[in-house]
Amino acid sequence: MTNPGGKYQLPLPARMGLAAEFYRYCKAHELRFQRCTDCGAWRHLPRPMCPECGSFNYQWARASGRGKVYSWITVVQPMLPAFNDAVPYIVPLVDMEEGVRMVAMLEGVAPEAMHIGMAVEVYFEDATPEITLPRFRKAR
Amino acid sequence: MAHFLKDKVCVVGVGETKYTRGTASTTLQDALEASAKALADAGLKPHDIDGIVSNAGLAPAPETLAANLGIRELKFAVGNTVGGGAGACAGLQIAATAIAAELATTVLMPVGWHSYSGLRVRKLGSEVDLTTVPGPIGATIADFYMPQGAFVPAHFYGWMATRYVQEYGVKPQSAAAVALAARRHCHLNPLAYMRGRPLTLEDYLNSRIISYPFRLNDCCLETDGACAIVMTTAERARDLRKPPVYISGCAEGHPYPDDDFGARTDLLHIGLTDAAPKAYAMAEVTPADLDFAEVYDCFTYVVLIELEALGVCKRGEAGDFVRGGAIELGGRLPILTHGGLLSEAHLAGASHIVEAVRQLRRECGERQVKDAEVGVVTGWGDFGDGSIAILRR
Ligand SMILES: [Zn+2]
Repeated sequence: MTNPGGKYQLPLPARMGLAAEFYRYCKAHELRFQRCTDCGAWRHLPRPMCPECGSFNYQWARASGRGKVYSWITVVQPMLPAFNDAVPYIVPLVDMEEGVRMVAMLEGVAPEAMHIGMAVEVYFEDATPEITLPRFRKAR
Repeated sequence: MAHFLKDKVCVVGVGETKYTRGTASTTLQDALEASAKALADAGLKPHDIDGIVSNAGLAPAPETLAANLGIRELKFAVGNTVGGGAGACAGLQIAATAIAAELATTVLMPVGWHSYSGLRVRKLGSEVDLTTVPGPIGATIADFYMPQGAFVPAHFYGWMATRYVQEYGVKPQSAAAVALAARRHCHLNPLAYMRGRPLTLEDYLNSRIISYPFRLNDCCLETDGACAIVMTTAERARDLRKPPVYISGCAEGHPYPDDDFGARTDLLHIGLTDAAPKAYAMAEVTPADLDFAEVYDCFTYVVLIELEALGVCKRGEAGDFVRGGAIELGGRLPILTHGGLLSEAHLAGASHIVEAVRQLRRECGERQVKDAEVGVVTGWGDFGDGSIAILRR
């Protein structure tokens, strides 16, 4: 997702609050989700409290990065000029092995090949020296 | 025993501005113009109002409105209902509750929105700084959706629509039936922005894909204008200028979790799925009693999912229902009799209430639903918040 000049041009995460911690692990090329250390429930998006048991205790637990497509969109019309070179692009919702669902662009799959249940895996794209984003590709 | 809110409060006045693309007016001016018309419709004066409900940031603050309207004794002011397009019907519930609880006697709810000339929803993330968007969705989009290329409603609701299409084999022709019905109906509405501009199935199928599965003609309009609604007690309503329209049932519902599409076990379990049964129970009616449905129509596929949440048809069956002509005027359950967001204008759900009130007063001329007694209005906003009002004459 770079332009011909090599500069990353798509929007970057604001990294507010707990989101900053999620992206800190991404920078280390580690996919981690919060996991409650009292009841064991995984959660994503990041939250201070466990919605299952009310605990404030958690760890950032390593995730497998593997999952299956639950749904998706194929964006054809860019809604920002930054996406002019990116369209058409696919953004799936993915059921991760840990039981959470995650959003990220899917690279290298043709729109007509998309189907529910497609096995995908996370890889990391170093967008800038500070920020790394998770992306999906077809599982190998 | 009947619910304490059932039929206790009536809509007694409705009004609106012209609907345009491009305006020299402000949302305050438009909200005031619509409010003045709604008050005149009711036969009330501004100082009869003692409560104001403003919709989710889409209308000026109650205090500003009261200052302009000369309301000396504002007893009840709500400046922020639930998200976006769910706010109008949710606002009816808030106003009805306040009136039934005798916190206020007569409540004004203006919705003024310049979705064309003001900040456009499609500009989320460019002209609109997501980290400043109030409510639960801005941070989610800014941190987790936008960097992955998903940041406008066509993207979020597209996840729902794709799942729906894939799960039930829904054809584009079913979504088209919604767009075509709204367009046909709008030709009978002098206020409708798309009046006189025909839309055929071929036009629909040839319209460009914005974001799969949405074509251009699956998407609502962006327009400028305002609506206003006045409510008071059933006792007072009987002495006013127009026939009262009773709020028989109302409810809101929120999908879980409300701030993230991704984490929902079942993406097709929307706010309305929970809200609709509560509203029917309060109104003591069933879907079979409805004479029309003004279903919030930001996107055609959303209407199909809502018709199922309303219990009008079973899950996965709305496509067959709408393709059979049931949703057109003269059909079993006409929807969007004014043209809706798809063909009339985008008033964030408030014009759906205005239309329902006029249908129940039987003021709708050529587009009048014959013998209309009971109608439903739905709202939809943010990430699938739902609201519903069941109205009767
Ligand atoms: Zn827990």
